Amino acid sequence: MGDHHHGPAKGISRWLFTTNHKDIGTMYLWFSFAMFILGGFFAMVIRAELFQPGMQLVEPAFFNQMTTLHGLVMVFGAIMPSFVGLANWMIPMMIGAPDMALPRMNNWSFWILPPTFLLLASTLFMEGGAPAFGWTFYAPLSTTYAPPSVTFFIFSVHVLGLSSIMGSINIIATVMNMRAPGMTYMKMPLFVWTWLITAFLLVAVMPVLAGAVTMMLMDIHFGTSFFSAAGGGDPVLFQHVFWFFGHPEVYIIILPAFGVVSQIIPAFSRKPLFGYDSMVYATASIAFLSFIVWAHHMYTVGMPVAGELFFMYATMLIAVPTGVKVFNWISTMWRGAMTFETPMLFSLGFLVLFTIGGFTGLMLSIAPSDFQYHDSYFVVAHFHYVMVAGAVFSMTAAVYYWLPKWCGRMYNETMGKTHFWISFVGFNLTFFPQHFVGLAGMPRRIPDYALQFADFNMMSSIGAFIYGASQILFLYNVIATIVAGKPTSEEKVWDGAEGLEWTVPTPAPYHTFETPPKIDPAHAHS
Amino acid sequence: MSNPTSTEYEKYYVPEKSKMAIMATIGLILSIYGAASIMNDMTFGDPNETTSSWSVFLFGLFFFLATLFAWFRQAIKENIAGMNSAQLKKSYVLGMFWFIFSEVMFFFAFFGALFYVRTLVGPWLAGEGEGGRMNGILWEGFEYSWPMMQTPQEAVGGAAAQPIANNGSFTSAETSMDFSEVSHWYQWLPLWNTIILLTSSFTCHVAHMGILDGNKKKFNLWLGITVALGVIFLFVQFYEYYEAYAHFGLTLNSGIYGSTFFMLTGFHGFHVFMGMTMLAIQLMRSLKGHFTADDHFGFEASSWYWHFVDVVWVFLFLFVYIL
Repeated sequence: MGDHHHGPAKGISRWLFTTNHKDIGTMYLWFSFAMFILGGFFAMVIRAELFQPGMQLVEPAFFNQMTTLHGLVMVFGAIMPSFVGLANWMIPMMIGAPDMALPRMNNWSFWILPPTFLLLASTLFMEGGAPAFGWTFYAPLSTTYAPPSVTFFIFSVHVLGLSSIMGSINIIATVMNMRAPGMTYMKMPLFVWTWLITAFLLVAVMPVLAGAVTMMLMDIHFGTSFFSAAGGGDPVLFQHVFWFFGHPEVYIIILPAFGVVSQIIPAFSRKPLFGYDSMVYATASIAFLSFIVWAHHMYTVGMPVAGELFFMYATMLIAVPTGVKVFNWISTMWRGAMTFETPMLFSLGFLVLFTIGGFTGLMLSIAPSDFQYHDSYFVVAHFHYVMVAGAVFSMTAAVYYWLPKWCGRMYNETMGKTHFWISFVGFNLTFFPQHFVGLAGMPRRIPDYALQFADFNMMSSIGAFIYGASQILFLYNVIATIVAGKPTSEEKVWDGAEGLEWTVPTPAPYHTFETPPKIDPAHAHS
Repeated sequence: MSNPTSTEYEKYYVPEKSKMAIMATIGLILSIYGAASIMNDMTFGDPNETTSSWSVFLFGLFFFLATLFAWFRQAIKENIAGMNSAQLKKSYVLGMFWFIFSEVMFFFAFFGALFYVRTLVGPWLAGEGEGGRMNGILWEGFEYSWPMMQTPQEAVGGAAAQPIANNGSFTSAETSMDFSEVSHWYQWLPLWNTIILLTSSFTCHVAHMGILDGNKKKFNLWLGITVALGVIFLFVQFYEYYEAYAHFGLTLNSGIYGSTFFMLTGFHGFHVFMGMTMLAIQLMRSLKGHFTADDHFGFEASSWYWHFVDVVWVFLFLFVYIL
């Protein structure tokens, strides 16, 4: 066992063999940023091709590979691991635990990711090209008509699922078992709550995804007929199994983002979070509802009317707990002593833009309207408002918020604010016009389009290049902070911030809370 | 944890550094790369070309299993050395519980597929209900029954006559696994397997009672019986598969009936194999004197897993064989 009061090991073995939640969190965060750049590069290829109508740069088949890999890399490589990294860094510090519950498995959950994404990216150089069937990989595109690289894709998904399941089990065990005495469930910071619920969703649906790709594997190589009507199966069965995973998956992505924003908005409003209890219950309700709404992704496949109605009403119900959340965030700010540092700007950007994405989601939930919107750029605009302005903005806010605590140095505020405004403008320029072209009938996942969509698409592409470039500023700001930022040793970097992570020294020592902290029983949740 | 103050707090053991994660990663990635390559060689490859896929796969798998062995051995050593506090042990309990939950969800996907096909897809393909409009265009003459003894493809005259893209030929079984296919009840293998597995769950519980009393002889005896029942189950299952392929014409190619039958029973059988291996390891550990009346989590975790595969079998027996 040895002495626990030591710093990190020297050299590469620190990272390869580590069991430290902060090291593992750091690796997750850097890895996810690398994937964000890779997925962003694929997006730039897509937008460059769509800059003007007609075939410009790439072959249609390659365009399809780009849309597929962009989605897969962003969802499984960028957004999900980034929040797992944040969970690793913050959950033990927020609940007063010495580390994650199962530290060696924690390291394994991380280390299987990089080679798996290498394998997935290497499909680009395989015979027949990379998977080109969209990130939703509907059969029979992904079975009968798939390139041989689909087999490598299937096994990659299996391993990504394994990583997520192990990571989630670790988070659940940590939250349920490692809270400091006195840290009751209803005193936990909301970020911990949202992650506990997210982890439950992951353990519940990742195996279902594994089941879906296993059925694909068997259909492709072993002659089964799950997704083939000729043998008595049904291609639509794939969509049911996939979306039973896929809909909870989108909440897996957004719930930790809710948690982050619920930490940041109170800090910069200098008021406790409004309606903490209702936030917890709303999160749990959203998680429950996410299991019974999956077929709203498939209104146009020819479901019985009773099914359409059930999934439509169930989907609309989600607006209620989500509305509770938006109401609570706004009420938290009401009459608060607000300041607008970069984390707060990104959180407010999240609040406004996520709400827009929520409203377009409500539009899409109406089955008869969805017949018109389905598979159009309106859908693309909708989910980028929740994925980018929702998850990515809140993740960016989290990095600015906790970076000083992580490295003991302050980032450059002017550069941070500049990053926000360029991102905000670039993002809206990219995706707002896509609502219009989508409503006017431009289909998604097509490398060419009719002439009347030309102007909006050019705006979209310019916006995408601006948003992409602004991430270089982000990277520069983060590296400059780590290397040469203004040192700070204040425990509470932000004067309005609450929570145990602000009671440990800055920068956070390698080991925190080896003996649990005292929790003031009178103190409300943070 | 009964609210200790920080002075009486029992330290949570955080292992310092470990090579296990990296080693396990190398093994896992090599084995999936090898497995995917083997399958692609099989389906898309040139049969005259020899490849190294099998060696990559087997090397990776061996490396992976060896790492897992070393990893578990280390965890056991730490426990014997008294490094695991009560709180840490609870982390292992939670880990096992949620792992089993994830396994439940994996089976849920396949049961869901079975229910969806049986209640909706089958009747639709035969022209019933709101999904039935395509019957007259694509699958004229197809009639639905379960077990599906004639695939839609066969109903229209085979793969060549099929009006949509041909993605394989699906020849349905001559004989199903139904009870009605056997002349005497004792010839029906799934019934025997149900009896064997339910009994093994009971013997596993008796073994548990034994170790709780500190009666190691009783524990070893009943655990040994449980493992033996697991082996018999797998043997019967294997024999049933042999019968299916050799005499029933029931294969993975037999349309959706064969697909769901083999995937559900196959994954269950694989889980029985895993559970039996786990229990066999616990038996060896017990013979080495690892367990005491109040510290035998390795066995408890394996027994939960065993009861879980038992419950899955009950559902299988009900929905795959009986109903």
